[in-house]
Amino acid sequence: MLTIHARLVDAMIAQALNDHPVETCGIIAGPAGSNWPLRLIPMRNAAQSDNFFRFDPQQQLQVWKEMSARCEEPIVIYHSHTSSQAYPRRSDVELATEPQAHYVIIPTQHLYPAEIRSFRIADQMVIEERVQIVRQYQPELELQMVA
Amino acid sequence: MPITVVIPTRLRSLTNQQKHIAIEGVKVSEVIERMEQQYPGIRAKLIFDGSAYHFINIYVNDNDIRLREGLATNVQDGDIVTILPALTAG
Repeated sequence: MLTIHARLVDAMIAQALNDHPVETCGIIAGPAGSNWPLRLIPMRNAAQSDNFFRFDPQQQLQVWKEMSARCEEPIVIYHSHTSSQAYPRRSDVELATEPQAHYVIIPTQHLYPAEIRSFRIADQMVIEERVQIVRQYQPELELQMVA
Repeated sequence: MPITVVIPTRLRSLTNQQKHIAIEGVKVSEVIERMEQQYPGIRAKLIFDGSAYHFINIYVNDNDIRLREGLATNVQDGDIVTILPALTAG
């Protein structure tokens, strides 16, 4: 199950709608091994496509180095689907590289329910999981939105 | 001073869970070949038909080798070669 703060969900949806019809993408980092998404980092979609995304390689390096220095890992990896339902496509499954991460998909096509969905993807297998949206975390956990 | 290679989590099963590997070489391709000698199987995770897989990013210091000379990119003592799985999908 993915437990995630409502402000992070709102931020992902706002980013996805703003980027539509281009697919949006990003990560939410958190302390390694914690399963708590805290620090939302929008990523540039180097593909600038309506059906594909690729994290800008240069930005990815900087973000990954920063996560390493902060003892973080990507807890959530998110992207939007601009013309299909929020379910992993074949490429989502084939190219998934982070088995510990929650893969969140945000639909931006009005024909589909405007609800995010979350999946675990490992060894070419997809398992949908429940998303619990909460209004507060434990007091010691601090949210951060990276511009 | 050798070159330091930073190994991503998903490939550390091939490197005895080591995150950093010190290795010699003058080009990225040579660094990978020497890693293959020490950690068999790692080359096949990175290279196909003479090029790095499109779903693998390789950097020398802060530079994506695709924007340099690919696997022929030169490396010098003290350089850091970082391997990252590209985050890409549909």
